[in-house]
Amino acid sequence: MKKPSLFRVERRPVVPGHVVVLVSILAIFAALVAAGIFFEAYGISAIRAYQLIAKGALGSKLGLAETVRRAIPLLLCGVGLTIAFRALFWNIGAEGQLLLGAVAAAGVALFSGLPDVLLLPAMFIAGFLAGALWGLIPAVLKARLGINDVITTLMMNYIAIYLVEWLIHGPWRGPSMRGFAYTDKFPSAAILPTISWTRIHWPTLLLGLVVAVLAYVLIARTRAGFEIRVVGENPEAARFAGISAFKTTLLVMIISGGLAGLAGVGEVAGIHRMLLGPTRISMGYGYTAIIVAWLARRNPLAVIVTSLLFGIIMSGGDVIRVSLGLPFQVINLFNGLILFFLIGSELLMHYRISFSFRRQ
Amino acid sequence: MGWETWFIVTLSRTLAYGTPLLLATLGEIYTERSGVLNLGVEGMMIMGAYAAFSTAYTTGSPWLGIVAGALVGGAFSLIHAFASITLKANQVISGLSLTMLGLGLSGVLGRGWEGRPLPASIPEITAPGLSKIPFLGPILFEGQNLIVYFSILLVVVMWYILYRTRIGIAVRAVGENPAAADSLGISVNKVRYLCTIVGGILAGMAGGYLSVAYRPAWTEGMTGGMGWIVIALTIFAFWNPAIGMLGAYLFAALYHLSFRLQPWVSPELLKAMPYAFAIIVLIAISRGTLHKKMGAPAALTLPYSRGEE
Repeated sequence: MKKPSLFRVERRPVVPGHVVVLVSILAIFAALVAAGIFFEAYGISAIRAYQLIAKGALGSKLGLAETVRRAIPLLLCGVGLTIAFRALFWNIGAEGQLLLGAVAAAGVALFSGLPDVLLLPAMFIAGFLAGALWGLIPAVLKARLGINDVITTLMMNYIAIYLVEWLIHGPWRGPSMRGFAYTDKFPSAAILPTISWTRIHWPTLLLGLVVAVLAYVLIARTRAGFEIRVVGENPEAARFAGISAFKTTLLVMIISGGLAGLAGVGEVAGIHRMLLGPTRISMGYGYTAIIVAWLARRNPLAVIVTSLLFGIIMSGGDVIRVSLGLPFQVINLFNGLILFFLIGSELLMHYRISFSFRRQ
Repeated sequence: MGWETWFIVTLSRTLAYGTPLLLATLGEIYTERSGVLNLGVEGMMIMGAYAAFSTAYTTGSPWLGIVAGALVGGAFSLIHAFASITLKANQVISGLSLTMLGLGLSGVLGRGWEGRPLPASIPEITAPGLSKIPFLGPILFEGQNLIVYFSILLVVVMWYILYRTRIGIAVRAVGENPAAADSLGISVNKVRYLCTIVGGILAGMAGGYLSVAYRPAWTEGMTGGMGWIVIALTIFAFWNPAIGMLGAYLFAALYHLSFRLQPWVSPELLKAMPYAFAIIVLIAISRGTLHKKMGAPAALTLPYSRGEE
């Protein structure tokens, strides 16, 4: 015999937008509480840690500028990933695609001999193409041979890392750098302008914002966007409708890889002004962008907000690292917890609890 | 240094460095065979490394350290098991979050543990008679530790279980066709939970080997991407423990050679080889029937719910 119950859990057919936002905010809050409990257990005042993060990342001009400059590569990579994820292509390789963009930009900046006015535009074009090419390899392998995209994009990251290592230790090592593993400094015409004293290389920021809007229009308003969504949501239907999964997969990875490549151009031309160690170019932007895109629920416009949020975590992480003596990895603690609570909340979102006071 | 000595040193170091790769790969093979992709290997390894080091430091026993590493790795894998099996969350995302969580947690916990000397590490042993065998003796029986031998024994046991016992059939059936396995009365979720935990225990043990045996010390992020090589190795091995051993030693040899061949071949390019190999293997086995015959689990990354097909 069934027991009478006070409430029932039932599946929601469609999850309304405000529920998504609410649940996401709750998930982030829960992750921050969990990190706080961990800090407390470890003898660090959670309140003080969060005060430092808030003050460091948002409360000062310098902190705010650092937050925005961290958000730039996350924005570009994140927008690209929303498009790939829409077509259910698991691009875990934004990190490598970003590095390839950086390599191409450095190649053009140092060795192309182009006239000054053409240098920066050529770097962005080369960076886009290199990132797109790096993304196309796994795309072709999946679309033609059915090879798992997660694994190939991941492996391509490491090949990219060692490619950069090889270049800066070998053929591209700068003669003027006296034994350090860097290339030479870029010529001044290959360096992006920044907003006064900050490290915000505004052309890349502007590019990221424009790209977010364009990506939204592509997904929501165009035929190609419609096809991307159909391939992702219902591959069977896509086949019946005559949509080419091959072309769609290639298209999303050209966009996704290319945008990550642009992020790489921004980092070397705007921040470092040379090609240097892969972990110093990227610091995991490509991986963090996965959370950025996931939290944005694959909506390119929402990436503008979520990339800023993770910009706060990255620059805030820098602050508590210095003032509380925490290791660099503390950022990963936040990232991992937020991601975990997000996927945990996914289930919650699709169900609702309805109370029934009648006896059954 | 003569050629013979050169080979002996190279192969002996290969065995030592290949052991953590082998342990973690064996675990991931079982996890993936049951249909669960766990991209959290790096996170479980680093948590195991931290737990092993801190336990060995506090208790003075490196063996307790290895046990602690294995336990923490196993416990950590439960997070992924819960998310991907019970909650049916996306396995890619869940695995990534496990890696990030492991790197972050161990980094913060391990603050202050860096640079401390371990009172005792896992002893290297030399078998009195056997080490005198020409060539093979000094490679296999001189200066290795018990975990190296344990991992080789484990290959045999895990291969036998997977291919020659009912348990192995159950594991493969669950990864291949969960609905059919379910109708035969096999509990899909139970098998997947157990295989994921086996993966976690072995990854944790591999991490422990690094911090209390291979180079007894704790440094933040000391696994340095080894967990991702394990993901590559699992595919390279066609999800077979015996080929896994071959692959782990091959990749370890490449890693070791990347230092020794430095004057002739760029070490960076040699280090990229395992990853390129993994992609090439995937291409090679992608054609039709070969893919099936080689053991790629058909239901990898797919959650299972009864009655939804």
